[in-house]
Amino acid sequence: MRPLLAVDGLTKHFPVRGGLLNRTQAMVQAVDDVSFTVEAGETLGIVGESGCGKSTTARLLMHQVPLDRGTIAFDGKAIGSREALSRRDLHRQMQMVFQDSYASLNPRLPVSMSIAFGPLAHGLAKPAALARAMDLLEAVGLDPLLFANRYPHELSGGQRQRINVARALALEPRLVILDEAVSALDKSIEAQVLNLLVDLKQRLDLTYIFISHDLNVVRFISDRVMVMYLGKIVEYGPVDRIYRAPRHPYTKALLLAMPSMDPRRRTQEAPLSGDPPNPINPPSGCRFRTRCPFAEAVCADVPPALTADDGGRAVACHMLSPGSGHSRA
Amino acid sequence: MVDTPAIAIADPVETLRRAQQGKSYWKRVWERLRQDKVTLAMAAVLTALLIMVIFAPWFTAHDPYQGSVLRRLKPVGFPGHWLGTDEVGRDLWSRMVFGGRLSLLAGVMPVFLALLVGGFLGILAGYAGGLVNSAIMRLVDVLYAFPSILLAIAITGILGAGLENTILALTIAFVPPLVRISEAVTTQARHLDFVEAARASGASTLQILRYHILNNVLGPILVYATSLISIGIILAAGLSFLGLGVTPPSAEWGLMLNNLRQALWVDPVICALPGVMIFITSMCFNLLSDGLRQAMDVRL
Amino acid sequence: MAPVVSVKDLRVRFTTPDAVVSAVNGISFDLKAGRVLGILGESGSGKSVTLRALIGLLPPRHSRVEGHIAVAGHNVTKMSDAELREVRGTKIAMIFQEPMTALDPVFTIGEQIAETIVRHEGVSRDAAYRRALELLEMVQIPSAARRLKAYPHEMSGGMRQRAMIALALSCRPAVLLADEPTTALDVTVQIQIIVLLRQLQQELGMAVVFVTHDVGVAAEVADRIAVMYAGRFVETGPTDSVIRSPSHPYTAGLLASTVLGAAHGQRLEAIPGAPPDMTSLPPGCSFAPRCRFADPRCRHDLPGEYPLAADRAVRCLRVAEGEIAVTSPR
Repeated sequence: MRPLLAVDGLTKHFPVRGGLLNRTQAMVQAVDDVSFTVEAGETLGIVGESGCGKSTTARLLMHQVPLDRGTIAFDGKAIGSREALSRRDLHRQMQMVFQDSYASLNPRLPVSMSIAFGPLAHGLAKPAALARAMDLLEAVGLDPLLFANRYPHELSGGQRQRINVARALALEPRLVILDEAVSALDKSIEAQVLNLLVDLKQRLDLTYIFISHDLNVVRFISDRVMVMYLGKIVEYGPVDRIYRAPRHPYTKALLLAMPSMDPRRRTQEAPLSGDPPNPINPPSGCRFRTRCPFAEAVCADVPPALTADDGGRAVACHMLSPGSGHSRA
Repeated sequence: MVDTPAIAIADPVETLRRAQQGKSYWKRVWERLRQDKVTLAMAAVLTALLIMVIFAPWFTAHDPYQGSVLRRLKPVGFPGHWLGTDEVGRDLWSRMVFGGRLSLLAGVMPVFLALLVGGFLGILAGYAGGLVNSAIMRLVDVLYAFPSILLAIAITGILGAGLENTILALTIAFVPPLVRISEAVTTQARHLDFVEAARASGASTLQILRYHILNNVLGPILVYATSLISIGIILAAGLSFLGLGVTPPSAEWGLMLNNLRQALWVDPVICALPGVMIFITSMCFNLLSDGLRQAMDVRL
Repeated sequence: MAPVVSVKDLRVRFTTPDAVVSAVNGISFDLKAGRVLGILGESGSGKSVTLRALIGLLPPRHSRVEGHIAVAGHNVTKMSDAELREVRGTKIAMIFQEPMTALDPVFTIGEQIAETIVRHEGVSRDAAYRRALELLEMVQIPSAARRLKAYPHEMSGGMRQRAMIALALSCRPAVLLADEPTTALDVTVQIQIIVLLRQLQQELGMAVVFVTHDVGVAAEVADRIAVMYAGRFVETGPTDSVIRSPSHPYTAGLLASTVLGAAHGQRLEAIPGAPPDMTSLPPGCSFAPRCRFADPRCRHDLPGEYPLAADRAVRCLRVAEGEIAVTSPR
């Protein structure tokens, strides 16, 4: 079956300008040759630490930032090319919920208008747009009689994020990207919003891309998960398999780095040392090699390819590809 | 939490009407203003001034143009002329009240006109960015090179004195700062998350400007314009003082200052009176704009 | 052994033009040297305010602090600014969520640490710089000698955090206050800092008050946990027993919403409602509006802290009287 979203070779480098003539001094390789698919009805989780490129990937998918190379195809239709999906049409199919619930809402508009703006902008008459806004308020668990005319500053973080979800759904998209959408919420509220997201996905037949640094949350909500490091995908696969039996050394370290919930079995040694390196001038070959305990010469020379098996898993590591030249292959 | 599928709201318009009203930003600003005694006092003073000036004939007993050689430079408290008379024998109080019309007009009108022109250009430059922004801002920079008073003097010097030219000159002097502030706040607003979200919903530029940009930038721009009024009043009076603004026999505070200079050694109090008016009015506008700015700086 | 930190009935109120915020409403605890107390709570619970009260960092004009605080023998609430400045850094030190709160961007790390040492211990600059180098090595900053001359913005997030820790420990404080020092860090860096802090605490024998909203982090560092809600401790006890068998409904709810890994595909047990408005707390138990066990008594009477065992206490009427028992999420 044709995937809902197919991304191939996505690349985005940001120039770092400076000096007298504002020349490009270096390139931030934010996203480098990223390819993946999203099936209709699933939730794809994307995890990674700062600088891994997950947020840039989201913005590239939403066309907020022009890509350097690569193609994005929604439901088989390439985006941007002449006969295919225009950007405007794309926005009706794909929407995003951001992390900062307060900054995502216009402080001068009542929340019902913030929700209704999208449909209004696409030609729906004002009464109909407001009607849809009220429906959505109900759908996200907020009583329209209490909330329709309120302003963002009068709401709590959890309520605002529900409004943002309602706003994303106003255009009736098929795919919703959630970029750290629950990260800024208190844990007790986060659970409520996660329940809401799962409900809505079922009721409205949505597909999610869930970006987060919180491994627990990603495990809860995702069907498949993709691990990114310094602009590249290092591993992906069904969520349970990845969490129970990670293959890439970075994925293993990431999972080991989660604080232990058991005070009797505390972490005695950090699995990785140092900080995630700067995406400006990343290491040659495998980008993880500077922190990898198994790095060898071949890791510096040749970037490992993301090789898939037929179980839906893929890993980019020389240790796991026979014939790569790594001693453990 | 809603477990059943969402039922369409029966009557959205009615629900919206009945829904609990929230406290909009402007309502919060108003609430803060109400507690600011100083600003309220300033607003009251200016309102009183405006009423007196508009309905000048009701508040004055004498014709501001009617002089009397016999009654030149009478002091304050003179029977019949409670503020005295000027160098041609005209009632000073009448001159001040009627003069307020031109002084205020010459101070406020340029700011209003400059707001229309400068605000438009600035918002355009701020939202468009790129070449349009550069073109407009560099043009404005050229005008900015001149101090506003010199620019105004130069323009009225070329065009001649008179109320219309004064207003034109001051408008031109005020356009650059208004373009600058409008461009600055618009550029800032353009990068806010909710504007990006609005763009991500496929809205057109006009829709985004209308629903998301304007309501966020007009506030700061208006406050800045209010602070320009206090400068405008002083500049207008200054131009008239120099003979480049309002011409005799019209009553205007700056002009009166010039005419009364000859009486400095005879009765200094009378000479100072128009200056006091200029000072009070400008100060009031200044404090008003400060108060507005503080009230609008609403924390979350 | 006398406790190094002793707090009795601490109350903190903030007065703003709009309202009065009752941020902390009666906190009491004792902390012995070498022990780590973890204060676990969400935003608005008053945990950060408590820390700042302990070190005297609350704005004097807008805040009112009542109660008794003794840190390393000093009564912090009654001290002047000058006296506080002497005590801060030497007896009590604090580390923050954002290292740039503590690090001055215009001075090198070495200069900042050395300056603190010189000011408090009166040694020569050379001796201070040598000690700064030792400190940087103690916090495991690689190439420590080179980093002495580095400015904060030249360092990565994890290294800045370590530098801030080095600065805080430079004068060997007896008490370390940690305000969510790992919240803003990536997961692989967070665990490094956690392990480092634990090692340093054991080596230097400091008493630590560690504030966090993350149960996992609290489990990793704290000997005892105090769960905070609406300005009060609702449950206190050894970390192990509180996490494995919580007794307060809020603690249970918090743990249930955190243990997410096991619940894939199912509904999370979310605590309904939202944290209370700190400008107008309800009478009675502050958690009652959200508690599924609440009865009319709970809404009327403010529960005290009832001891459950020698070292455990819970602030819940119904649990104290054995009417309800909270089940553990596992």
